[in-house]
Amino acid sequence: MLRYIVKRLLLFIPIILGISFIVLILIDITPGDPVAIMAGWDAKPEVIAQVAADLRLDRPIVVRYFEFVTNALKGDFGKSFRNKRPVMTDILSRFPYTALLAFVSVVLSVLIGLPLGIYAATHQYSWKDNTAIFATLILVSMPSFWLALLLVRVFSLGLGITPVSGIQKWTSWILPMFSLAVGYAASIARQARSNMLQVIREDYIVTARAKGQSERVVIYRHALKNACIPLIMTIGSLFGMALGGALVTEQIFSIPGLGQYTITGLINVDYPAIQGSVLFMSIISCSIILLIDIAFAFIDPRIRSQYIRKKVKAIQVGGEGA
Amino acid sequence: MAEKILEIKDLVVEYHTDAAIVHAVSGVNLSVIKGETLGLVGETGAGKTTIARSILRILPTPPAKFRSGEIIFGGEELTTKTEVEMRKIRGNRIAMIFQDPMTALNPIETVGWQIAEAISLHNEVRRDEAEKRAMDMLEMVGIPMERFMEYPHQFSGGMKQRVVIAMALACNPELLLADEPTTALDVTIQAQVLKMMQDLKDRLNMSVILITHDLGVVATSCQSVAVIYAGEIVEYGTVEHIFDHPAHPYTNGLFGSLPRLKTTERRLKPIKGLMPDPTKMPEGCRYAERCPDATEECSAKPPDVAEVTPGHQVKCIKAGR
Ligand SMILES: Nc1ncnc2c1ncn2[C@@H]1O[C@H](COP(=O)(O)OP(=O)(O)OP(=O)(O)O)[C@@H](O)[C@H]1O
Ligand SMILES: [Mg+2]
Repeated sequence: MLRYIVKRLLLFIPIILGISFIVLILIDITPGDPVAIMAGWDAKPEVIAQVAADLRLDRPIVVRYFEFVTNALKGDFGKSFRNKRPVMTDILSRFPYTALLAFVSVVLSVLIGLPLGIYAATHQYSWKDNTAIFATLILVSMPSFWLALLLVRVFSLGLGITPVSGIQKWTSWILPMFSLAVGYAASIARQARSNMLQVIREDYIVTARAKGQSERVVIYRHALKNACIPLIMTIGSLFGMALGGALVTEQIFSIPGLGQYTITGLINVDYPAIQGSVLFMSIISCSIILLIDIAFAFIDPRIRSQYIRKKVKAIQVGGEGA
Repeated sequence: MAEKILEIKDLVVEYHTDAAIVHAVSGVNLSVIKGETLGLVGETGAGKTTIARSILRILPTPPAKFRSGEIIFGGEELTTKTEVEMRKIRGNRIAMIFQDPMTALNPIETVGWQIAEAISLHNEVRRDEAEKRAMDMLEMVGIPMERFMEYPHQFSGGMKQRVVIAMALACNPELLLADEPTTALDVTIQAQVLKMMQDLKDRLNMSVILITHDLGVVATSCQSVAVIYAGEIVEYGTVEHIFDHPAHPYTNGLFGSLPRLKTTERRLKPIKGLMPDPTKMPEGCRYAERCPDATEECSAKPPDVAEVTPGHQVKCIKAGR
């Protein structure tokens, strides 16, 4: 298992190389030239050349790519064009807000969505289930930014319960977190419901009932644990989505997180800031996927034994040699 | 008269699906004598599993609908019992072995845990005591107890079925419902598992309902046989009655149109035609459409059950005459 994790961590290197390459190319071909912006539209050619040299943009893209990648592997994303501070410092100071927003939203959505899904599944064919399906369908299709604006309209401007934006008070977090969590909760509920409905029909659930097991244990031990296996995947990808969704949410609620930093970087054509934050987010996403895989192995013995079996085989091969 | 451990009277079970009503079991009467094995034989879809599940009241509801019937087990009526009372019977006094061992075990729990679960549910024992007994059960079905902590995917099909059997027998049930315990297994392993079940049955003095397609198995392990067709019992009697004096055309059809079972005839022979659509059961005899001896009278009204010799019942108008 440990060997597997190390192997997966080593795989991060080619991922970093690939993503950096794509990002650099994309930035290069997007309109908007940071040199022209910084030098001014009527600058003399010498000034332009000087600014380009200052920004280290006077060299071909391949050279810039190798420089960026070697520095990135050392944890250095370069300095921002705009505020001249190291991008890494800014990312690290802003990421906690984004992580908090994403983490609490996802946890909240699991806490709401999972029980709702189980409830709907165990009340199939009743109006309770139908209502739950209908409600979650609406909530899933509701864009989170739209919900965010609606929530602000009602709770901040209408009732005055929560601040409109910022992070000065803890109540400021309620609306951004809920605006993300509601849609996620709905999609978790829908998936939990359909997984449960599928698992409840499995033979081993009948076996558990035939043993005389109580309905509560049948549902919460036998069925739920099995239904959760595919859910891990959903929850993990929701984390990725929440980090990305923070881009818009942070903008709406003026949260000084990584999403806001990325958007500011984009507006200012701040190459190092864009490259750095995109790469950082990619690494975080890869780490989440790795965590999902480990969680799979933890809960599902069939997957776990794939790692162990390799070890046993290795021993057998070694034994034959001796 | 021998003591009856189980008596089923006029059992009617339907499945209500969106499209139609499936008449799965229509008025079945059965009884199991204590210590004996009753064979339940019939084509796929005849309603065998539905009968077995009705006894334990573990039908999938919905769509299943228990219409009517009495199920008397050890003198007690099961159909009116509460769910809590039924739970004390399931796995404890009546246990079931399922058709498909591949899917009958929870894939993410150890086999040991799953056997111990049954034990600790019905016995006031500590966890370690339950596990100790689960290990004994594994040994009893021929699996080394070192494999207690392993998961179902680490076992072969035959071993999984042994685990299922160990689980079913863990609480010394009085009645075992074995639903095609060997159909999903290799032929070589089938014999082993059946032999083992037979030995365990004798040792634990159980009564068994054995659902099977294999007439050879019926001949060797059963005392009584019920032949079931399209949700009804068409012929019912001792092994001698059914094998030596089959009276229903369907039973004869199963034996390959021969009046007697020849040793070469081990498996059910396919009979021409199909079972009637269970959502549109015919008015008269349900076998009439495929019956070589059918007359107009057969399709007009359902035949009565006739007792050709004491204890040998046949649901055919020809049998009574
Ligand atoms: N869950 C269900 N929903 C709808 N119809 C069902 C369901 N389960 C069984 N049936 C129908 O009920 C009838 C009897 O099924 P049952 O499973 O009892 O047959 P069986 O004799 O056990 O067959 P097999 O030998 O294939 O196991 C069949 O027509 C089947 O299609
Ligand atoms: Mg069946």
